[in-house]
Amino acid sequence: MIFEARELVVRYRRNASAALDGVSLRVPSGCLYAILGPNGSGKSTLMRALLGTLPLESGSAALDGRTVNAWTRAEIARAVGVVPQIESVAFPISVREMVGMGRYPHLRPLGREGVSDRLKVQEALRECDVESLVDRDVSTLSGGEAQRVRIARALAQAPRALILDEPTASLDVRHEMEILRLLRRWADSGITVVLITHRLNAASRFADRLLLLSRGRVAAEGTPNEVLREDILESVYEWELDVRTDPVTGSLAVTAR
Amino acid sequence: MKHGMKDGVKGGAGARGPVWAGTVWAGSVWAVALAAILCAALFLSIRLGAAELSTREIMEALRGAGSETGRFIVLDLRLPRALMGLLVGGGLAVSGATFQALLRNPLAEPYILGISGGAASGALLVLALGWMAETSWLLPLAAFSGAALAIFLVFGVALSADWRMDVRVLLLSGVVVGAFFTAGIALILALADAPTMRSALLWMMGSLSGSSWSSVSVVAGYTLPLAAALFALSRSLNLMSIGEETAAYLGTDVETVKRLAYGAASFIAAAGVAFAGVIGFVGLIVPHALRLMVGSDNRLLLPLSFLAGAGFLTVADLVARTALAPSEIPIGVVTAFLGVPMFLLLLRRSIRP
Repeated sequence: MIFEARELVVRYRRNASAALDGVSLRVPSGCLYAILGPNGSGKSTLMRALLGTLPLESGSAALDGRTVNAWTRAEIARAVGVVPQIESVAFPISVREMVGMGRYPHLRPLGREGVSDRLKVQEALRECDVESLVDRDVSTLSGGEAQRVRIARALAQAPRALILDEPTASLDVRHEMEILRLLRRWADSGITVVLITHRLNAASRFADRLLLLSRGRVAAEGTPNEVLREDILESVYEWELDVRTDPVTGSLAVTAR
Repeated sequence: MKHGMKDGVKGGAGARGPVWAGTVWAGSVWAVALAAILCAALFLSIRLGAAELSTREIMEALRGAGSETGRFIVLDLRLPRALMGLLVGGGLAVSGATFQALLRNPLAEPYILGISGGAASGALLVLALGWMAETSWLLPLAAFSGAALAIFLVFGVALSADWRMDVRVLLLSGVVVGAFFTAGIALILALADAPTMRSALLWMMGSLSGSSWSSVSVVAGYTLPLAAALFALSRSLNLMSIGEETAAYLGTDVETVKRLAYGAASFIAAAGVAFAGVIGFVGLIVPHALRLMVGSDNRLLLPLSFLAGAGFLTVADLVARTALAPSEIPIGVVTAFLGVPMFLLLLRRSIRP
């Protein structure tokens, strides 16, 4: 699955400054692509624009070469699994039901889940280490557990691409590393993974390419070595930073002074 | 991932259906049980009343045989009335369950968006002007028009400039439009004479006494296809209850679903209120009681709500016309007196397993 965007401009209110101001990108198939940037730089807006859930002022977004508005929501849901940053549940539902919703886009109208759907759900529950939580009410889960349940739901969609908005924000070290390794493995198996994150070091270590946003514009794009440069990062984050190769991981690590 | 609303009446965070909730098997068991209760309620409501009929008399009348009185009581009085109870009760429960999912609010019910106020204003206007004698269709027509006015008014307000419908605005504008109509009702009541006031109050508490085959067929014509449409939307309604953005990412055309669900649930309620008046509690309590028992999956919840609401209102009407015979209790009083204790019991049980 290939994501493309050309000169995206998004404005939430008519006279407000643009949330996205001429952003272009191309995410090749099977790439682990990290989108970085300070708070309010337009990362989540970019995700919505790529997925066609936000009206564009100008520019265009395309999935696999076809403009995103030509896809139905169900077609997109069969191809792209999305893990939004925030979600609130109005009525009590179990983890099993929540992850089972990942199969909805694949069901026939009025159809129910069959054996293969159940197996996909089971597999997703196992991969995200939430099998033991299946009967829990999602509203009783910890932040990290809920995060993993949402990732399992996206995985149950059997997607060709995944977009995750801050998926490791409330995870402990072990679960963060497990999820990042999973993302890496999925990318290696051909699934395109777009990871929105604040964690520069995780992006540096696991992503193939990085896109650094600043106030709705692209500040830098390229491999971790091309993007994670002190001068670029310091001007974007407005803080003194130190970038050097981490002796343990062998990738660039950013430390705030 | 917290609950969007405060728990309100839905029974605390632990109030989830049992482990097997949502399975097809559990659904069929519940469906059969509720259908059996509904059939028993229908049978009893045909049999019991001022003139008690035997099973044989009922069967004869249904075949078109037997005494003329028996045929009249069964075919022209009790059967249409029982069917009206079934349709209105089932419709209100499905409508309430839909509004709860759509507005993501456990306190939602069919009348929350001003439909009852609009309908009552229309009906009371006809009563106050003394036009009732003209034609028996005028009262339901006026009530339905009032409800439709409220529906379109609220919809128009909630539709933003870019044609998206914000359910928070929908809720707020519905409540405000309802308050406006309530003021209208108060004005009409203040100016009305005593007999008009009494019939107005009775209308507002609901009654199935005016049911005829023609009114039953109109209500059926609205309720059944719209309820079927809502059943078809139930998967999308499940997704809506975990959030609109996520629902879109899981394949739902959110704006279309919101419009269809709002329209269908509203017009079911409007058809019911036009012929049976404002019958409270069914649309609030039935879906919640079922949610406590079978879980929140709307694919199960909506059809079961129809069966349970139908059975509940049929029983309520039976009580309304037999408990203090020959006087009839307003059915809204019965639904509250029966429904509230039953629901509180369930609620209590669900938070102390």
